[in-house]
Amino acid sequence: MEETLEKPEKPVGQKKPKLTFESKGRTVYYQLQDKIFKYFALAATSLGLIVLVLLLYSVFSSGFDRLDWDFITSLPSKRAAKAGIYTAWTGTLWIMFLTTIIAFPIGVSAGIYLEEYSSRSRMSNLIEINIANLAGVPSIIYGLLGLEVFARFLNLGASVLTGSLTLALLILPIIIVSTREAIKTVPYTLREASFALGASKWQTIWNQVLPASVPGIITGVILAISRAIGETAPLIVIGALTYVPFAPTSPMDEFTVMPIQIFNWVSRPQKAFAENAAAAIIVLLSITFVMNAIAVYLRQRSQKKVKW
Amino acid sequence: MRKGEKIIEAFLFGCSALTLLTTVGIILVLSFETIGFFKDVSLIEFLTDTEWTPLFSNKRFGILPLLTGTFLVTAISLVVAVPLGLVIAIYLSEYAPGWFREIVKPVLEILAAIPTVVYGYFALVYVTPWLQEVFPDQIGGFNALSPGIVMGIMILPLISSLSEDALYAVPKSLKEASFGMGATKLQTVRNVLIPAAFSGISVSIVLALSRAIGETMIVAIAAGQQPRLTANPLVPIETATTYIVQVTMGDVPYDSLEYKTIFAVGMTLFIITLLLNNISFWLKKRYTQAYR
Amino acid sequence: MKIEANNVRVSYGSEQVLKGITMSIKKNTVTAFIGPSGCGKSTFLRCFNRMNDLIESCKVEGQIMIDESDIYHPKVNINELRKSVGMVFQKPNPFPKSIFENVAYGLRINGVTNKKYIEEKVEWAIKQAALWEEVKDKLKKSAFALSGGQQQRLCIARALAVEPSILLMDEPASALDPISTTKIEELIYNLKASYTIIIVTHNMQQATRTSDKTAFFYMGDLIEYDDTRTLFTNPKKQKTQNYITGRFG
Repeated sequence: MEETLEKPEKPVGQKKPKLTFESKGRTVYYQLQDKIFKYFALAATSLGLIVLVLLLYSVFSSGFDRLDWDFITSLPSKRAAKAGIYTAWTGTLWIMFLTTIIAFPIGVSAGIYLEEYSSRSRMSNLIEINIANLAGVPSIIYGLLGLEVFARFLNLGASVLTGSLTLALLILPIIIVSTREAIKTVPYTLREASFALGASKWQTIWNQVLPASVPGIITGVILAISRAIGETAPLIVIGALTYVPFAPTSPMDEFTVMPIQIFNWVSRPQKAFAENAAAAIIVLLSITFVMNAIAVYLRQRSQKKVKW
Repeated sequence: MRKGEKIIEAFLFGCSALTLLTTVGIILVLSFETIGFFKDVSLIEFLTDTEWTPLFSNKRFGILPLLTGTFLVTAISLVVAVPLGLVIAIYLSEYAPGWFREIVKPVLEILAAIPTVVYGYFALVYVTPWLQEVFPDQIGGFNALSPGIVMGIMILPLISSLSEDALYAVPKSLKEASFGMGATKLQTVRNVLIPAAFSGISVSIVLALSRAIGETMIVAIAAGQQPRLTANPLVPIETATTYIVQVTMGDVPYDSLEYKTIFAVGMTLFIITLLLNNISFWLKKRYTQAYR
Repeated sequence: MKIEANNVRVSYGSEQVLKGITMSIKKNTVTAFIGPSGCGKSTFLRCFNRMNDLIESCKVEGQIMIDESDIYHPKVNINELRKSVGMVFQKPNPFPKSIFENVAYGLRINGVTNKKYIEEKVEWAIKQAALWEEVKDKLKKSAFALSGGQQQRLCIARALAVEPSILLMDEPASALDPISTTKIEELIYNLKASYTIIIVTHNMQQATRTSDKTAFFYMGDLIEYDDTRTLFTNPKKQKTQNYITGRFG
């Protein structure tokens, strides 16, 4: 297109040269830019994949040799070669178990209420906005909350119970949101049918809606727990120790968890501890990936199975 | 039956109201200790002093070094994550063939699921030594650049997936109109799609920012514990989150001033992230209303 | 300049939607494509600016010649083609920009930067679309501030700004109220002098009002193609007769 200032009222279509649609300079220039961007973007995206592979490879190669039965069953020690993750993974299991027991019923109940019972009242709106905000609060703040209220005020100290209560509050928004999402997918017609037969609201929820939403709810809970076992900061703040030479035997015991153990070892200058950290990371990542994979599998299965 | 139903409903309501209690708890706890803190330290000093040394004998309580430490790492992470995240979002939504998307999206989800302590390990054990080769004798074992880069990788999936959603939400008719006029994909992306998806993209950036500011383990492992007021990414610094970890790992008695400092710092963090999150909500509302 | 289609076949995957269309269109005429839903008329329309290329599963065979150039020839630059063959869509789709920037879009993506030239061209195009009087004082306002009918005329102006030779219109008035529809039909009639127009419509009265020739499609076949007056008053095929008398929709 020329940039001269000829009169735009020139009647179009008279005495124009034949159209050939061949490539003209400007157009080719833009098409070239497009192509260059495409390859550049492909490279950038592949970079993401490469980084992940690099990360996993480096951890794996560093820690794999260290990973053996002794490592898993040994207590931590000042000597890197003797140190193991026994107390750390038992602590993680305790935390996982207790956090689930606390967060699951409360979270699912709250999700049911918000999705099935609440009207568009100001209170419900407030609760919803509040949950959205809570989801964005840094996890370390939850740690401060747990420290003051559970460890100090309720005098629970730096126990497994404190840690679980703190993490339960942290993952509550996640469970609530995914419960709501799961319930939302249940079509209204199912509830209608139940009401038409004379069932009460709760009977309908308990017998129809919940069973139908179970896969989605379970998926959400697994993802939330998987997040919880990777959390380090809130547990450090409530006082979980970095050197714990015994496994917890009750909820009131002091404890440590895998991520804190990793943090402890990474913070030491000796290379041998870095290897320990890598080995522990392999274990932690394996648990995390397996849980995520189960959750994704469940989600896909439930999406395929249900043909409303 | 009716009564039983009422009880159940009340229980369910109670569970959902518990979330309000959590917020009240956070605000109360932070406020209580922060007010106690400000009985001994003036607000002016807190906001303007340029040194943070509450644990030393010569105590100074200026939060600026912690904030600059936090923002320095955050800025670096955004410099890494925003361009990369946007390019990936554009590529996935407009250019990539289906099979490629099927590979990349799970990879991004995996990146997002990795515990932050693992990222911290990566930063200290691999990225820092590599940076020390690139900047020989200039960069410390602890610095802001290494955790900044790694944090960028951590928040990358957040930006790319939310931006992709925003791009996807742009009505296809606009793309058709642009292609119908002979524009290339890139021209359409630059001139139509990105302006149209701008609010959504902004949401992703603000959320990533908030996430980066609140992040603890990567910086606790790799950034150092030396609060300083600096813009130099090659020296050790301390972030707000690292400070809290540093104190709670030590033996600070419950009613001491040092103890209260972590709540004052926590309160600052809380306010900043609260603001950012609500900005993102407001932005999100704006862009979902744009297509009525 | 003539448009010719030779045995054009289009399929989506395994489904054949156009079964071999042959027709030719003369310069500066308005041709209407009519037929029941799903008969392939929109698909055929989109062959002329190769918008079907955007759909992965779509396969186009046969030949379409514009001014004696086969537009599916490998040497043809598809973006150049689309600059000469403009399109207006069923639902008005202005960009979320100002009225001015909407019309200027085509110029800008062609690399035009001369401010005065753009201003003059935009004014010209909007005048061609019979919209100038209504928007001349609010060019900087968002395009969404306009009514549906105005938005559609804006989209027409946007297409005209790059001076295409051919204008393809896919049910341009079906989403509009009767008054806007009349305005658009008037516009089409006036544009005929400078452009070759093909319009898809499901409104037979619209076809009679605006077009010189009409092509009737049914289930992927071109049943009849004739002068509009003839086709509607004295159709040669029974199917055509059935359609225009409303025996089926």
